[in-house]
Amino acid sequence: MTLLFITIVCWPILGFIASLFIPKNKENTLSNLAFVTLLIHLSAALIWIVFWLIQGGKPINIREFSIYKANHYDFFIDFYFDKITAVYWLLGSLITTIITRYSRYYLHREEGYKRFFNTLLFFYSGYSIIIFSGNFETLFIGWEILGISSFLLIAFYRDRYLPVKNAVKVFSIYRIGDVGLILVMWLSHHIWDENISFDKLYSAQLVHAHFKEMSSLGLVVSIMVYITAAAKSAQLPFSSWLPRAMEGPTPSSAIFYGSLSVHIGAFLLLRTFPFWENQFGFRVFLVLTGLASAAIGTMVSRVQSSIKSQVAYASMGQIGLIFVEIGLGLHVLALIHIAGNAFLRTYQLLISPSVVSYRIKEQLYALKLRSKTFEDRWPKKLENTLYLLSLKEWNLDSLMYHYMWNPIKKIGAKWFIFNFKYLFVIAGFTVFGGLVLLYFQKSLSPKFVHEFPIIFALLGAFMALKAFSERDSVRKSWTLIMLNHVTIAIAISFNEHFDAYHNLWYLSGIMVSWAIGIGVVNYLRKRENWISLTRFFGHSYEHPKAALLFLMACLGLAGFPITPTFIGEDLIFSHIHADQIGLAVIVSFSLIINGLATLRIYARVFLGPHIKNYHGVSKRSF
Amino acid sequence: MHTSSFNKSETLHHLVHFLPTQAPLKDFIHHNTLHAFQSRKFEKALSDASRFYGYQTLLQIEEYQRMFLEGKVDEGILYRGLDSQEVDVWKAKLFRTDYDENVTAEIGQLRNVWKERFAIDLDSMVFPLLFRTVLSYLDQGIAVWQFPIDSQGFIASLKKLEVCNATSIFKTPRPRRLLLSDDLRLENLLTLLVGESSYFERYLFDQQFAHPGYAGMVAVIESNPGFLVDQRNLTLEDFILFELLLEIDVLDYSFGTIWSPLSMQSQHIEPKLHFDFEISEVFEVKIRWHQAFEWTYYDEVLNGISQNPQVTTPSSTFQALFCIDDRECSFRRNLELVNASAETYGTAGFFNTEFYFQPANSEQRMKVCPAPLTPKFLIKESVENHVKRNEFHLNKGVNGLVQGWFLTQTMGFLSAIRLVGALFFPKANAFGVSSSRHMYKDSFLSYEHEGNYASDGIQIGYTLEEMAIRLYGLLMSIGLTKDFAPIIYIVGHGSSSANNTHYAGYDCGACSGRPGSVNARVMAKIANRVEVRELLKEKGIFIPDDVVFIASLHDTSRDEMTFYDVDHLRDSPQALHLGNVKDFKQALALNASERSRRFVTVSNHGNLARTHEKVKLRSVSLFEPRPELNHATNALCIVGPRKLTRGLFLDRRAFLNSYDYRTDLDGTFLTGILNAIAPVCGGINLEYFFSRVDNNNLGAGTKLPHNVMGLIGVANGIDGDLRTGLPNQMVEVHDPIRLLAIVEHYPEVVLQTLQKNPKTLEWFANEWVHLAVLHPIEKVFYRLHGEHFFPYETSGLKVKGGNLEIKKIMNELEDLPVQIIQNLVV
Repeated sequence: MTLLFITIVCWPILGFIASLFIPKNKENTLSNLAFVTLLIHLSAALIWIVFWLIQGGKPINIREFSIYKANHYDFFIDFYFDKITAVYWLLGSLITTIITRYSRYYLHREEGYKRFFNTLLFFYSGYSIIIFSGNFETLFIGWEILGISSFLLIAFYRDRYLPVKNAVKVFSIYRIGDVGLILVMWLSHHIWDENISFDKLYSAQLVHAHFKEMSSLGLVVSIMVYITAAAKSAQLPFSSWLPRAMEGPTPSSAIFYGSLSVHIGAFLLLRTFPFWENQFGFRVFLVLTGLASAAIGTMVSRVQSSIKSQVAYASMGQIGLIFVEIGLGLHVLALIHIAGNAFLRTYQLLISPSVVSYRIKEQLYALKLRSKTFEDRWPKKLENTLYLLSLKEWNLDSLMYHYMWNPIKKIGAKWFIFNFKYLFVIAGFTVFGGLVLLYFQKSLSPKFVHEFPIIFALLGAFMALKAFSERDSVRKSWTLIMLNHVTIAIAISFNEHFDAYHNLWYLSGIMVSWAIGIGVVNYLRKRENWISLTRFFGHSYEHPKAALLFLMACLGLAGFPITPTFIGEDLIFSHIHADQIGLAVIVSFSLIINGLATLRIYARVFLGPHIKNYHGVSKRSF
Repeated sequence: MHTSSFNKSETLHHLVHFLPTQAPLKDFIHHNTLHAFQSRKFEKALSDASRFYGYQTLLQIEEYQRMFLEGKVDEGILYRGLDSQEVDVWKAKLFRTDYDENVTAEIGQLRNVWKERFAIDLDSMVFPLLFRTVLSYLDQGIAVWQFPIDSQGFIASLKKLEVCNATSIFKTPRPRRLLLSDDLRLENLLTLLVGESSYFERYLFDQQFAHPGYAGMVAVIESNPGFLVDQRNLTLEDFILFELLLEIDVLDYSFGTIWSPLSMQSQHIEPKLHFDFEISEVFEVKIRWHQAFEWTYYDEVLNGISQNPQVTTPSSTFQALFCIDDRECSFRRNLELVNASAETYGTAGFFNTEFYFQPANSEQRMKVCPAPLTPKFLIKESVENHVKRNEFHLNKGVNGLVQGWFLTQTMGFLSAIRLVGALFFPKANAFGVSSSRHMYKDSFLSYEHEGNYASDGIQIGYTLEEMAIRLYGLLMSIGLTKDFAPIIYIVGHGSSSANNTHYAGYDCGACSGRPGSVNARVMAKIANRVEVRELLKEKGIFIPDDVVFIASLHDTSRDEMTFYDVDHLRDSPQALHLGNVKDFKQALALNASERSRRFVTVSNHGNLARTHEKVKLRSVSLFEPRPELNHATNALCIVGPRKLTRGLFLDRRAFLNSYDYRTDLDGTFLTGILNAIAPVCGGINLEYFFSRVDNNNLGAGTKLPHNVMGLIGVANGIDGDLRTGLPNQMVEVHDPIRLLAIVEHYPEVVLQTLQKNPKTLEWFANEWVHLAVLHPIEKVFYRLHGEHFFPYETSGLKVKGGNLEIKKIMNELEDLPVQIIQNLVV
């Protein structure tokens, strides 16, 4: 059984890895590989589910293996299978199979054919890890893969401005969701004193017993779950990214933002249902925000004059209703609704170019120039106000900037002490000082030491901010990100006895990635007369291999599950005590910011319109 | 600050001249993308346009060098006209590999100061709202809840929306005040933003060319409001006013109300905008490469024409009139190879019948003739049973909340079934474009005037006299005045495709981007009328009574033909017709197989019928971005009798216009032909040319991420500018080669003809279209240079001869050489 599960979950990953080794110009081999991989997964789903239903359809939990184990800590892989998994598996494998088939022809001769199929398989690997996951840790691995593959597909046309800009935008929202998930893991670790599996969550007494003691903590966890789910499913207040993600080839928009990726938030809610089942307050909150998302999504959809954004917002509205259904506990209904919505939106997006000939033909025979809409019955002022608000997407996009990213950038830029050239002296001093203090920790007053974690975490956060707001030097920003991690490691080390081994887990990936990144930047500086963070440079046009290597370095530096840092991140959090909410918030804030700063560097240097225009370089507005 | 140096109407007029002039999607018409530079010599224009916009207008030197190595550029032609010393100098230049081919755009410098000196990214803060607002205003039927439109115009609508509203369009109070004030004038806003009036023109150019798609669309709609079914009162000035207000809003929002106008920081930029530039050395090198590339091909073609044995056909079993469209080039060749006694003719695909067509059960009419003509006639279709096909996925209700809630959970699952079906078993559906649905096959057409007029006074149908004039003009212009075959086909063309936003660009250009079926049917009806034939006798053309005209439609993506009104034929023509249909079918299968050579995803195993079926599937497959390759590879336009090119393999690269100088010694009909060829074929050719050389800017980029905007255009994603030009999928196999028109006539007559119309002359004299004339007596070519003809000596290289083996060429991907065909081998 264990082996079977591993095979099922790893199957798409194998397909993905195999696809990396197929040469670029072998279109048929690439698409066949993807198609066969998916078709087998789909067949497996059908067979498995039939057998599973015959045997009574009981949930299955399989604890696989531990990746890392320490006295109080165990990072293990766990799989879980129940009706939610079954529905998502069927849905996902069917739609992805369809999309693979569709793209085989649709993308013919497209620059990036290989990249597309690589990313699609990568995405599906992440998707299946998520739906089969049996604990938050396993789910988180898939979650990260989903985020990064989204980024890559939105920025599929990497030599244009808007796709790259929007990819960074979407990633920044996803990052908020990721950190929500980290905090959920951290808190649940403290609530249950272990990395809890979903299986245990479903045993009602355990959950009850715990939450009676700490209901406020439970609410915090639930809110974090909501933030994570809402970010992925484009619910309020994160909705405005959804239409902006429609920058890739139409089939990729259909699968990500029409169907699978966007319904993953709902999956998380379904999965964590026992967690918040008895929190009446949270359920009311969920139903209300769901209704609000449904109302606003629908209104915005109604005023859209472009077909893809209309479908996107309509989908957001339906997902709002799905959230309501989940909040009310109508899970079967929600699952039907999810599947129906996913299929419908996929189809709508795939045939969206046809809307021109169809509607024009329709108008030819029945011209209704200005049909009355039900809004016309409202008072003029109300109608106009709501129309204008909907046209401006209820300012959701600008609010995100106004209240979130701009202040962060401003703080980063205003932190004057780092503005002069001794920045690294100060940073070095922080690190060195930290190490010295650590060494003499025992001889210092515990009262002082108690404050150190938060002080160093703050210093680290400022470095992240500084890296994020750096407008010029690539290496400076890159190094600050690395130093941010080091400072955080120091901060946490004050918390308990200094565990060099844990820090090694955490920092190993960081240091290697940092060095690779610096190497790539130096390589580029020798060949290009100008690289900085002032604009997009689009160097992937001439240096695609350097771009790929740097992307790997970025993933490593951002704690993506390709290096031990990924587990290190979780480890670090396990050392933050339950009462140190401030510390947890600062550290997770750092993680959001440095993840963003990392991808921003990649985007600025390698993506966007190429700085040289001896070949046709797209205008910014295209 | 003097506003005197700024002349608003002149500046706007100037601006419009440079903006793209692409019509909304349903009226897509090919045109010269760089029309603004057409008054200059081609090479100079390309250099100027490149410097002005910062686009690429020719290929990269590296690409030409590669083509040289592949033998696509002839060495002799590359150094033609140079002495040995000059050859060395040029050689060094042509093969240099370190030229800096980057270009600095004249446009955009001034507005760049916002970013450089003010550290503000205006575009990203202004464009999303600007685009969305103007698109919602123009929307032709995507939005459910529409923009509250005021008949007074765009600004008036905005005012109403702003006044009666609890919130505001703007973030700050000043632009709101400015919008609502009575003194909302361009000059005032510009003074506020820019300051010095000498910079105004430059500023407006910079601003509008930051989003040429929207600016161009607004300008096109302003001058042709009829392009929109649901008409709008929108002027470019109003559009600019709104954009300026939004800019002020962003500046106020970022800096408060106190900021200095742009010109205070722009002393380093010259106020006057340049439109003329020196040609750089790099560009000269490119020009030489490019000309050699073009003439290598032209030379081969001219050799082919002079070496073609010009076999005359024996008495013909049937004659067929086709559109001059390059897609019919290969079909006509295949038809003639199938039936050696078939004669084909080419003429503009509206067959000299210009009118508005009103489809059955519709209140609307569409123009079905070349775009510059304004018809005075209306032809209505009527039919007994009208079928309407519905597709709920494209209806608006699906996107509603309550309906959507219900539909997603029910019909959503139908979508899954439909999807699987559409992917594995593609078939025609309600939302595809089918050329045969343009007109009902057996419908009644009111082509004869019976004293009726439409409500706006337009005449319904032609009088007999008017019919005769049209038939006479058609036959004279193609030189078909005697030796009529028993059956004469009039074949219009159209194209079927699925999921294609640019479908109008696939149909007949001579019918304003509609299928040519109605025109073909109307002309056949006219030509079959006894009364009309009587009238023609008076003009000297005798059409025997037993000659029958049959209308048909050739679907160019599916390679299928529909024949109209053949059920009522008498017995003997019926039998002949059925025999001919077999030839047509074979030729269609051959043609489809020949076309399939470019479709890598169609695997060819030599079975023509199976290949033909696969080609047909492409026109109904949702996932097929290339139902056909349209005009790709077009490069020639031959005006002369078919015997010049009959038996010559020109691939699918030639527009073929039948013409006999002997029936038109003074060039009367030639005038009409050249007047049409220049803008129509030249427009097609240049749009392909420029979409190919800079697909990102002059073309529409890849169509895969395109999003339909308000039914009028496409954009990438939701915040992008409207895209003009052709998508990459249409032009990727196209070699950018100017059109070479070859006319058989006396050079002096051709020149006189051209000089009658300065507009047409401009095309040829400035060499946007090359013109070569074949002297009918001397049998040598003359080439137009400026306004003079010079003898052109071809290289005389022997053109390839031999059998045409369809199965062999089915697997060739590249352009094929000119060939004199002996026999067809299937």
